[in-house]
Amino acid sequence: MNFLKWRERALESVFLICALTAIVGVLLVFIFVTIKGFPIFEKVGVLKFLFSLDWSPSDNQFGILTFIIGSFLVTAGALALGAPMAIMTAIFLSEIAPKRVQKLVRPAVELLAGIPSVVYGFFGILIIVPVVRTLFGGSGLGLLTGWIILAIMILPTIATISEDAIRAVPKSFREASFGMGATRWQTIWRVVLPAAKNGLIGATILGMGRAIGETMAVLMVLGNAPIIPKSLVGPVGALTSIIALNMSYASGDHQTALFGMGIVLFMISFFFVALIRFVSRKRS
Amino acid sequence: MAEAVHADAIQANMLSGDKIDVHDLDFYYGDFKALEDVTVGIKRNAITAFIGPSGCGKSTFLRSLNRMNDLIDGTRVEGTVLLDGKDIYAEDVDVVDLRRRVGMIFQQANPFPLSIYENIAYGPRIHGLRNKAELDTIVEDSLTKANLWKEVKDKLGQPGTDLSGGQQQRLCIARVLAVNPEVLLMDEPCSAIDPTSTQKIEDLMDKLKDNFTIVIVTHNMQQAARVSDYTAFFLAEDTNLPAKLIEYDMTDIVFTNPTDKRTENYITGRFG
Ligand SMILES: Nc1ncnc2c1ncn2[C@@H]1O[C@H](COP(=O)(O)OP(=O)(O)O)[C@@H](O)[C@H]1O
Ligand SMILES: [Mg+2]
Repeated sequence: MNFLKWRERALESVFLICALTAIVGVLLVFIFVTIKGFPIFEKVGVLKFLFSLDWSPSDNQFGILTFIIGSFLVTAGALALGAPMAIMTAIFLSEIAPKRVQKLVRPAVELLAGIPSVVYGFFGILIIVPVVRTLFGGSGLGLLTGWIILAIMILPTIATISEDAIRAVPKSFREASFGMGATRWQTIWRVVLPAAKNGLIGATILGMGRAIGETMAVLMVLGNAPIIPKSLVGPVGALTSIIALNMSYASGDHQTALFGMGIVLFMISFFFVALIRFVSRKRS
Repeated sequence: MAEAVHADAIQANMLSGDKIDVHDLDFYYGDFKALEDVTVGIKRNAITAFIGPSGCGKSTFLRSLNRMNDLIDGTRVEGTVLLDGKDIYAEDVDVVDLRRRVGMIFQQANPFPLSIYENIAYGPRIHGLRNKAELDTIVEDSLTKANLWKEVKDKLGQPGTDLSGGQQQRLCIARVLAVNPEVLLMDEPCSAIDPTSTQKIEDLMDKLKDNFTIVIVTHNMQQAARVSDYTAFFLAEDTNLPAKLIEYDMTDIVFTNPTDKRTENYITGRFG
């Protein structure tokens, strides 16, 4: 009796410790990045740091707006390409494909999620870069290549969650719609998708978070110039890729500025997590 | 052989003038034969009730009358189903139009997560109607026909799912009426709602039968006796044997003087 009780307690503590690790981890990372990065806000000024386009560490100019814009450009394009493709994949898997085809496509989509991002980078350099260079000119390293690679990378995230959301739409809605003489397409478009709307939005936000945080593949294909791209194929720098590239040699204020960019990224992720919570709360 | 049956069916239909004529229907879920040799004529502007113990293929049969079973993988139909003398399983049949003509009400009221107005407007819209004034008219007409207009006319913008269970079921009936069907198939429409709401739906059916052909599946024998003009009794002798149509006649006769011993047993509550 006593032993059983003791064992219950012990198990509870183990689970509690595991759960706490997550919280402690987040806190530690946040505190560490803040301590390392905060001085740049004092030194340069928050507004100047966030809203100046002038990034030249050798001249002590630390404005990161170029990279914030870069990150958002890269993410927005990746979403514009990837989200519709992912949602259509989800529709195909849940509403259209016969079981046999599902069994083929679903593992392929899931596998896409398991490919390391450096491999996506290789794929980008070896295949997408030459294609973009030939078709659109430029070096091939730049915005468009980044969009294509990221669109493929976020596809499994968005597709998998969207498929769950679509499957959660009660069968009775579909039957009612078909029962009134709606076609399959009308049923999907007018009943199933609106009913799954919040789930689809949540999936897209998650994909957005994934895209904005992605580093390795993006670093390999973006060109990473500290300028706002003037064309689709122009080189562009994202917060993540610039941090990763500069970190190996930066020191002093330059390094502090990189941590400051880290804080900004952190805030963006927080914002996305909050947004997902908000959307999914509205659902229930 | 199939051709001959088909020709017989059409001939019989010409004589009877029934709205729906089913001849020698067998229905399969994959390898499982769920229905065998069902032959029945559904009368125009009348209410026909399907009764029988649960699992005896009532829903299956109902859903084969507007090809809803097509949506389930691996199902197969043999035999003939004629709607106004035309085979609904023929190659050239437009299933979408068939389902508009033969509407369906389900056991669980299933309004879309849309406003009351949009629920009704859904059908006309998918069939191409855009004009707002015409839609307004159809919405009011359909709700009126479904005896729901008075209760909801001031809250058409509210979610259909906020209505009570009985109102939701009438909303679903109105939604089907909005696409001008000829036949209404109702699969245990009252089994999930209270007696007062059931009463309202039964009154409604009685009113609607002047303009529609109605088929209702019910496990409630009193309901069948109250509302229907004709009654069909289905029975599967065993769960893995196909169900058959045991008896079909005017409701009065089925309930007071059934021909088959099994019908009598079921009606008097001796099994099922
Ligand atoms: N989707 C399905 N797949 C396989 N078998 C089914 C399916 N739906 C119903 N059945 C079987 O067909 C028979 C008739 O079912 P059903 O038409 O639902 O009966 P009822 O409506 O009279 O209760 C039952 O044996 C049932 O198990
Ligand atoms: Mg049933």
